[in-house]
Amino acid sequence: MVKAKMREQEGNRKREELLREFWFQVSNIPGGQKIKRCLQCGTCTGSCPVSQTMDLTPREVIALFRAGDMENILKSRTIWICASCYACTVRCPVGIKVTDILYALKRLAMENDLFPSRFPVHALSRSFVTLVNYFGRSYEPGLLILFYLRTNPIKLLGLFPLALKLWRHGRISFIPKRIKRKKDLQAMLKEAEIMEMIIPWELEPVRSH
Amino acid sequence: MNYLYYPGCSLESSARSYDVSTRWVFHRLSLGLKELEDWNCCGATMYMSIKETIALAFSARNLAIAEKSGGQIVAPCSSCYTILNKTNHILQENFILKAKVNQSLKRAGLEYQGTVRVRHPLDVLVNDVGLEEIKAKMVRPLKGIRIAPYYGCQIVRPEGFFDDRENPTAMDELFASLGATIVPYPVKLRCCGGMLMTTFPEVALALNREILEAAEAEKADLIVTTCPLCQINLDAYQVKINQKFGTNFRLPVMFFTQLLALSLGADRYEIRLKENIVPIPERIIGGLP
Repeated sequence: MVKAKMREQEGNRKREELLREFWFQVSNIPGGQKIKRCLQCGTCTGSCPVSQTMDLTPREVIALFRAGDMENILKSRTIWICASCYACTVRCPVGIKVTDILYALKRLAMENDLFPSRFPVHALSRSFVTLVNYFGRSYEPGLLILFYLRTNPIKLLGLFPLALKLWRHGRISFIPKRIKRKKDLQAMLKEAEIMEMIIPWELEPVRSH
Repeated sequence: MNYLYYPGCSLESSARSYDVSTRWVFHRLSLGLKELEDWNCCGATMYMSIKETIALAFSARNLAIAEKSGGQIVAPCSSCYTILNKTNHILQENFILKAKVNQSLKRAGLEYQGTVRVRHPLDVLVNDVGLEEIKAKMVRPLKGIRIAPYYGCQIVRPEGFFDDRENPTAMDELFASLGATIVPYPVKLRCCGGMLMTTFPEVALALNREILEAAEAEKADLIVTTCPLCQINLDAYQVKINQKFGTNFRLPVMFFTQLLALSLGADRYEIRLKENIVPIPERIIGGLP
């Protein structure tokens, strides 16, 4: 009996924490607070070119946030399917930055290690960051190789015909380009990492609606 | 105007034809185009999904270098264009993030005040140079060529700095003024899926099919686009789309600067035409009917 209550409290605490973190991320987006004005009209979902493949539609994501259910949002495939086309953002009648909010959710999911199972889209972002932090520039063949090594190395073989075709047309370079002042860049990134952790305290408290 | 060229990573590897043709067009129109000194990756859509401040600092390094050099950034890749603009916007609006980013930039000996403008070459060509002047330098009219103008998502969205966010027409007007026929193309802003082609190919292939289908229904000779990712998705994956859906597409996909350069007198080598995977018909390369 006591244990069940403790578990419930723990769950509540976790939920509050996720909400607070989310609210911080949202408040960083210019105009991010407009999420409170959602009418649940569904224009975002209707404009989304990939909503039919999502488990939660963009409108449902906002509805769940208002119900305080962050965990189910973060476990959904939705945030990882979004291709950042910004159609929802442009059409939202009250100006909610839906795409940027999905970015905030991606970051939250990354930080809390909450992913939908067998859906490794986040691995692409991780591979990308590894690469650009090192070279200063992206390198497409390297990105794909890193991504498949992390997710499904066998699929690398399936990539061969496409790679051959692109190579024949002169569209693959074998040497990654890099920037000149790599040391400066890395010093900057190190400092930015520290800056990332500084969170201003005067944040609006989260209220469940 | 001092244009600082920001090619972006794609234009250095898989879309060099976009790079060389952009440089060619700017040179032909006597616009100075100096490459931004020691630029780095903009962070693309992917860095933003990991860490916010770091992603902003990463992207802002380019803005800071541009501010120091004094000029406007010209970014042909739609993704770079949107990300750099977004970073700019956030840093201008949010002083806390700006302070954090500047603290980080200091380690690289840089600082960003927030004064740089980021522009797309299409914007520069249509609004700074003007259609009249481009038309005056035309060598080959594009008469009889039916063009499906495909803008992709990120050139007018989310901000729409130089064109309408639901129905952009800059590219339509540009090629219409050079004599081409612009087909009605309601999917001109429809998403190609971008990196979903890697992470979730079934979804991306279906999206690209719609874009090709709409062009074919209007009997377009080719699709013209402004984004390296759209181009590679539509061009390199056309065979795969045909295999998956039993379709029979054979639609060339060109960068808008490639076609513009052809009309201004470039030859096929100057715009790296060998990069286009679906071959471009001689009729288009020759330009003359």
